Amino acid sequence: MATATADHDAHANPTGWKRYVYSTNHKDIGTMYLIFAIVAGIIGGALSGFMRWELAEPGIQIFPGLASMVYGHEWQSAAAIDAGKHMYNVFTTAHGLIMVFFVVMPALIGGYSNWFVPLMIGAPDMAFPRMNNISFWLLPPAFILLLMSMFFEGPPGGMGTGGGWTVYPPLSTTGQPGPAMDFAILSLHIAGASSILGAINFITTIFNMRAPGMTLHKMPLFPWAILVTAFLLLLSLPVLAGAITMLLTDRNFGTTFFTPDGGGDPILFQHLFWFFGHPEVYIMILPGFGVVSHIVATFSKKPVFGYLAMVYAMVAIGFVGFIVWAHHMYTTGISLDTQRYFVFATMVIAVPTGVKIFSWIATMWGGSLSFRPPMQWAIGFIFLFTVGGVTGVVLANAGADRSLHDTYYVVAHFHYVLSLGAVFSIFAAWYYWYPKMFGHMYSETLATVHFWVMFVGVNLIFFPQHFLGLNGMPRRYIDYPEAFAWWNQVSSWGYAVTLVAVLVFLYTIVDAIMKKRPAGDNPWGEGATTLEWTLPSPPPFHQFETLPKIK
Amino acid sequence: MSQRETDVSKLLARLAIVISAFIAWAVPTTAFAQETGDPVTGQPTDGAIGFQPSVTTIMDSTAAFHNGLLMPIITVITIFVTALLIWVMVRYNSKANPTPARFTHNTLIEIVWTVVPILILIVIAIPSFGVLTDQMTTPDGERKYLGSSIFSRENGEQVPAAEITVTATGYQWYWGYEYNDLDGASFDSIMLSDEEIAATKPGQPRLLAVDNELVVPVNTTVRVLVTAADVIHAFAVPAFGVKTDAVPGRINETWFNARKEGLYYGQCSELCGKDHAFMPLAVRVVSKEEYAAWAEKLKAEDDVEAANMTLASLN
Ligand code: HEM
Ligand SMILES: [Cu+2]
Ligand SMILES: [Cu+2]
Repeated sequence: MATATADHDAHANPTGWKRYVYSTNHKDIGTMYLIFAIVAGIIGGALSGFMRWELAEPGIQIFPGLASMVYGHEWQSAAAIDAGKHMYNVFTTAHGLIMVFFVVMPALIGGYSNWFVPLMIGAPDMAFPRMNNISFWLLPPAFILLLMSMFFEGPPGGMGTGGGWTVYPPLSTTGQPGPAMDFAILSLHIAGASSILGAINFITTIFNMRAPGMTLHKMPLFPWAILVTAFLLLLSLPVLAGAITMLLTDRNFGTTFFTPDGGGDPILFQHLFWFFGHPEVYIMILPGFGVVSHIVATFSKKPVFGYLAMVYAMVAIGFVGFIVWAHHMYTTGISLDTQRYFVFATMVIAVPTGVKIFSWIATMWGGSLSFRPPMQWAIGFIFLFTVGGVTGVVLANAGADRSLHDTYYVVAHFHYVLSLGAVFSIFAAWYYWYPKMFGHMYSETLATVHFWVMFVGVNLIFFPQHFLGLNGMPRRYIDYPEAFAWWNQVSSWGYAVTLVAVLVFLYTIVDAIMKKRPAGDNPWGEGATTLEWTLPSPPPFHQFETLPKIK
Repeated sequence: MSQRETDVSKLLARLAIVISAFIAWAVPTTAFAQETGDPVTGQPTDGAIGFQPSVTTIMDSTAAFHNGLLMPIITVITIFVTALLIWVMVRYNSKANPTPARFTHNTLIEIVWTVVPILILIVIAIPSFGVLTDQMTTPDGERKYLGSSIFSRENGEQVPAAEITVTATGYQWYWGYEYNDLDGASFDSIMLSDEEIAATKPGQPRLLAVDNELVVPVNTTVRVLVTAADVIHAFAVPAFGVKTDAVPGRINETWFNARKEGLYYGQCSELCGKDHAFMPLAVRVVSKEEYAAWAEKLKAEDDVEAANMTLASLN
């Protein structure tokens, strides 16, 4: 032990800015990821604020002025209106990409997983600490490239890339010949590389660095969720990388992978994109599943119900997630038999998903529940995810999707699972692990206010969008006929409420940092049984120098 | 059976009653909402919470499938999960239940919550495949289509074989229509500005009105071949229940048979650039006689304005 300590001191821990820039410590890197996600979240949320502001009333109000201010078009000129119309699409695109690649993934995978996978499996750090450093530091350049794309020409006369986060060709090739799209593609390449490296790191860590006695079947559900997520990342991101590389060469080097004139096919891109894209939606939700399981068990003072079923439900979801991709493509002209298969496969996923929901409720059943902030968010998650899940079952049916595809119904569906589901799990994890990560407690009153305001706000934003979609309002529209006015207005008011919630959230952090209420090793009591609660809060710079033994 | 398992089965029995009661209430209610829906067809209605009224067999089945089956089922599931959540929060909060149980398994309930969803999905799948197959099958005159009776094709309707073929081509940012049976007579269909609406088509809705509508006869099966010239667009008319992507280099086929004369609007439904929101589709369904007159004029002069004038003079 003495020599171990001496060795340890020998590699001095850098301090100041070097502590972070050079960091190989999973907890510091996790913290950087979380801060990054919060900053990106504010930017991505602000973009959606402009969109909701524009959509509050029929007509084009905000974006021409915005385009004039940012790009210097003459006020209210025809050029400003055209630039504004394109700018709306740029905002939609950037909002989608930022929320997916720079908020939800960094928060859940980079942030909480870096922090808590090693702690929960009893490992001193990640398997490849230096690779961990590069995984994080690839993200800021990727983000900057994406933001820069907004200041380069996309289509003639418009700045930035407005092809949607799905970047379908030909709109992303011949439709937007300017360099903006190339910036966005490179941004995705780098963000993807960051995630692939992270995935390799998590898989290696989880397979090789579990504490003695922790078999895979004793491993807590959060590391399990991350293990499945990491495999999804590892298998799906290379396909995206390939697809966008082909996009890049179609754009710049005269290839015609997606151009019919040269024997290519635009639909091929959609297959490749969604082969990545559908697993990606599970990448965003599985870590949340893990988080919610722990929180529900902790605050029910009862072990997780059906642990093995929970594990294998995630494995099943991960597996089936790879063979359902064309449910995003029912209207592209794929054959009847293809559609039949994808309807069937997609509905299969509902079964393991139901198992998860019911198991959470069964975990609470018979428990002794306390409704402290993490539990509020977790229960909120279960409710919102259920709503998003059942509309997913509707959309799985190609016969119904024919009417709903590319309408606001879809926007409502994926925001219920992402913007409400995944984001609520992020906040649940935040309030659950905040005291462990930073050693002090936040105001539980403020956190409760945050929960209720946000719960009301997001439901106001997104529930009416189901109605808009059913009545036929297409998505990615800057303007709409007067007959869609009422529910759009309600939705935009919901944004205002949500904005208040975000301010409460930020204030909760400021308040917590200023008051520094001591948290103690385990603020949640006997229900919190995973290894991280056996450590001090915050945990020492290096933990588990003697490995814990699991019976 | 253990005490707990009896509790569980009692609870299940009670829930079954609640759910059947709910279905008994919800199904007629949603159906009713359809009946009394706003009479305006072919366009959205402010404050509406459901589909636009249907005027085709295909949209009948889509609406019956969604309003009559999917919607009630997902509503029941959501209410069920919410009720369970509320129940555990009330019954098992730390005041009501200070000492937690320790059980982590219950084979019966785990089987139930795996098998019951599978059964529900099967009930959904049967009409789902039928509705889908109808949408994707252009009528030959013999085949029966489900219409509103989504569980039984026997009670379905025959739809006449396609008589007219139109090619719809998406451009940035308007639609072009070509009548394959009228010697390929073709014209463009462009959205009207507010001023143009006021001047030429007062009363038509902003962002939906176009200069030249796609004109088709009532009660006639129209085959639409959909393609695009530049980027991907999508041909969509909600009241008909059709939506098909317009993809450069491909021709996608869809069809409709409208049973009511009138104007039916749709909007481009695949992101296609800055004016994506400003390339509506408008279909004018007219009587067979009116169509014949219009088509003759169009074929003879290949001049859509002249043909439209003829049409206007008939009213
Ligand atoms: C305050 C919360 C949010 C608001 C008000 C909001 C609003 C919007 C709006 C208005 C659109 C454009 C819809 C359209 O025109 O088709 C959109 C698209 C989108 N949002 Fe959000 N959003 C929020 C949070 C999120 C979050 C947290 C995610 C996370 C993953 C997310 C993912 C997306 C995606 C993927 C798209 C599609 C982009 C595209 O069409 O290419 N959003 N959102
Ligand atoms: Cu999917
Ligand atoms: Cu279009």
